[in-house]
Amino acid sequence: MIPGISITEILTLTSILFFIGVYGFLTRKNLISILISIELILNASVINFVVINKYLYPDVLQGVVYSIFIIAVAAAETSLAISIIINLYRQIGSVEVKDTETMKY
Amino acid sequence: MNLSYILLIPLIPLALFLVLGIFNKKIKPAVSGYMGVSGLAISTILSFYTAYEYFFVQGKINGAYQTFVEKMVWMNFTDTLHIDLGILIDPISVMMLIVISTVSLMVHIYSRGYMKGDEGYTKFFAFLGLFAFSMYGLVLATNLFQIYIFWELVGISSYLLIGYYYTKTKAVAAAKKAFIVTRFADFGFLIGILIISFHTGTFDFETLNNPEGSAILNWASSSFMGLSAITWALILIFIGGAGKSAMFPLHIWLPDAMEGPTPVSALIHAATMVVAGVYLVARLFPMYYLVEEGFALRIVAYVGAFSSLFAAIIAITQTDIKRVLAFSTMSQLGYMMMALGVSGFDGHEGVGYMASMFHLFTHAMFKALLFMGAGSVIHAVHSNYLKDMGGLRKYMPITNITFLIAALAIAGIPPLAGFWSKDEILVATFENNLFIYGIAVFVAGLTAFYMFRLYFGIFWGKETNYINAPHESPFSMTLPLIILAVLSVGVGFIPFSEFVTADKIGFEAHLNYPLAAIAVGFGLIGLLLAWVFYKKENDLANRFANAFGVLYLWARDKFYVDELYLFITRKLIFKRISAPIAFFDKKYVDGTMEGIGNKTVVISQKIKALQSGKVQDYAFGFMGGAVVLALVFIYLWTN
Amino acid sequence: MEKIVFYVLALIIVVSAIASVTSRKMLRSVIYLLFVLIGIAGLYFMADYNFLAAIQLTVYAGGIIVLIIFSVLLVHHIEMELEIAKRSRRIIAALTCLIGLGVFLTTIYSHPFQAVPNSVTTTTADIGLKLLSYEDGGFILPFEVISVLLLAAMIGAIVIAKGGKIARDKSENIPDPKKEKIREPKADVLENEVPI
Repeated sequence: MIPGISITEILTLTSILFFIGVYGFLTRKNLISILISIELILNASVINFVVINKYLYPDVLQGVVYSIFIIAVAAAETSLAISIIINLYRQIGSVEVKDTETMKY
Repeated sequence: MNLSYILLIPLIPLALFLVLGIFNKKIKPAVSGYMGVSGLAISTILSFYTAYEYFFVQGKINGAYQTFVEKMVWMNFTDTLHIDLGILIDPISVMMLIVISTVSLMVHIYSRGYMKGDEGYTKFFAFLGLFAFSMYGLVLATNLFQIYIFWELVGISSYLLIGYYYTKTKAVAAAKKAFIVTRFADFGFLIGILIISFHTGTFDFETLNNPEGSAILNWASSSFMGLSAITWALILIFIGGAGKSAMFPLHIWLPDAMEGPTPVSALIHAATMVVAGVYLVARLFPMYYLVEEGFALRIVAYVGAFSSLFAAIIAITQTDIKRVLAFSTMSQLGYMMMALGVSGFDGHEGVGYMASMFHLFTHAMFKALLFMGAGSVIHAVHSNYLKDMGGLRKYMPITNITFLIAALAIAGIPPLAGFWSKDEILVATFENNLFIYGIAVFVAGLTAFYMFRLYFGIFWGKETNYINAPHESPFSMTLPLIILAVLSVGVGFIPFSEFVTADKIGFEAHLNYPLAAIAVGFGLIGLLLAWVFYKKENDLANRFANAFGVLYLWARDKFYVDELYLFITRKLIFKRISAPIAFFDKKYVDGTMEGIGNKTVVISQKIKALQSGKVQDYAFGFMGGAVVLALVFIYLWTN
Repeated sequence: MEKIVFYVLALIIVVSAIASVTSRKMLRSVIYLLFVLIGIAGLYFMADYNFLAAIQLTVYAGGIIVLIIFSVLLVHHIEMELEIAKRSRRIIAALTCLIGLGVFLTTIYSHPFQAVPNSVTTTTADIGLKLLSYEDGGFILPFEVISVLLLAAMIGAIVIAKGGKIARDKSENIPDPKKEKIREPKADVLENEVPI
């Protein structure tokens, strides 16, 4: 644990971070920006795993291991998303959300 | 008594129907004609063999004819209430077998000539097979439900055959009319069956007809509107029978049914199907006679008498020869009903029953002959109307002679068949009810008159200028005429009272000379009047018609019964009841449903924008929903 | 001392995050994200998870950010201003987020956490043993699954990134698709391998 810092403070920080990510996800119009927002959300939850492991169950490592897995999955996800975005850019010449609504109807 | 071969009698026509119907186009007309005739011939031989075995060899035990039944349970409801399928052999069913098979065979032979070159030749024989099967099944039925099944089957085959010339609008309309009117009557029959089965717990004829059985003895146990429920059921069943037998006021389909081919008229609308109603009443005769002192039976008598008179009057004025015969048939059916209605049960009391069956038997022969003769004439001159005929005796000698024999038979001139049966009917009515007797005698005179009006109009009178000289029909058509003419002469001598009686014991029937003389006298008067009016071309008939004035017009227009029906159905029911209901249905019921549909579409159009296809919008909804749910679960769901 | 460091880190994280989701310059937005990730790595250091912090720096700050910058440079002009959402939409989104945050915080603050005072140091060896352990509580199976996932993601990324070109070739001059598939991917492997 971090001396002098209570768990609620860190959880408050991650909550703020999470909702900033959500805000970005809801308002950004660009696919890459949305991807960045998703990274923020993911990171907020990773911190939660780590912190709860550290503060409440210091003897085990589950939280840390989960964090590693999440980071790996995030990396995989990001690479795929980027490849999709690039492909999309080749096809329609844009990565704006409004240009990718052909599945609407 | 071994009954298994009797099963073949209905099954052969059924097989014919299936084979001819399924391989309709693949069978050459000549082949199908021979198949039909030979199949019916086998059926006929078996019927006669059955009759011989039943009446002379095995049927009579201890002086009374026994009833033989072979059946299997088809549908089981309770221990006593079950629907069986089987065959029932007793005097009237055997007699009907002979009638049906004989007339059927004759009609098959006749049709080979009459329908020659017709497009649907094979189809016609297939329908005839279906009809013969249904009719056999009807008379052999062991219970009410089985008879109902075959009742409907003869109805449908009648429909098919009336509408045989389905390109003619009138034929189609007539077929529909026949089907709807009889179907309407059959509804009464069905309700009657249900009431009887509800109160007695059985469909079976033997159980129902047993004079010591609970069905008859306990008739008073239930009552409805002043009458026993069983009586109501019997009246309803009689309505079904009246529909098939063209009793007033359900007769309107029969004249129109003459749009069908003439052999069909001879078979179905003269000899067999139309007597099904009479047969039905006869089949349930013990019930009719014993329940509530024969209340229902008296209704049968009066309806029969009225129909008989009514139809005879109309028949005088008609100019379409087939329609004259149709009304004549109706009149004679009324005669049979009337005889049943006045009949007693035991011994000589039951002379009416016997007479009715006897008349049914003889009438089938000479009326089929009349129709076939008319068909032969129509075949020759290509018209149904009297005005297109006249003086045909020179061209068609065989038809002339046979038609004359049939006309004499129906007029009740001794020693032809009609005389004997009609005499028995008059005896029965005289002994029971003088009013009905009066009607019967009067109708006998009318019958002779209109029959000879027809005869003289066709074969004598002024000769029309024929474009093509008419010629005698081919041998296949004259052969049945000759056979039936012989039968019309001969069947009257059968001692019917020994074979077919209500109590099945039989009695000695004697000719009642005074009554016979009166009847013959009326018949001769009618005949002579017709001779005077129509033998030579003169205007006596027209003058008399004018003298009757309105009455004549009414009769010519069949007393406006058709118009009355049309008024009731079209003006009252359709306009006053159905049309408002239809309007309500269209406007409000449909309107509501369509409104719901339209509103759904409108709402969908409006909320379609929600499905924007933008992931962020969905995520927004998801977030909002998650937050709301979290709030609900944390703060509101606190217990 | 830790308190000050923590608040500084928290400030960096929050401000950079807000800047990241509101900046109208794409590349800047990515750089702000980099600051956020570095700040988070700092948090891991403070919590004494050195290995985790190292992963955070290498994979996130080193890999993912570089990858995103690549794609940004591929599809954008550097000076291009991003479109932003309508004001009403931003306000509603912000409100929703604030309500959600309120729910979170009330829940957090009303929950009695049983914090265990400790100063356990987790070594890389511990994590490695845990990951490869096949006893109770071991993570060997998820570990292998993750490696398969990464492999699949790599192949998928290559195929998808190339897919458009194949499709377009087809419509143009109908080349032999088999040859295309086999020949083309090689060039891009290095590029796409970076994040993994």
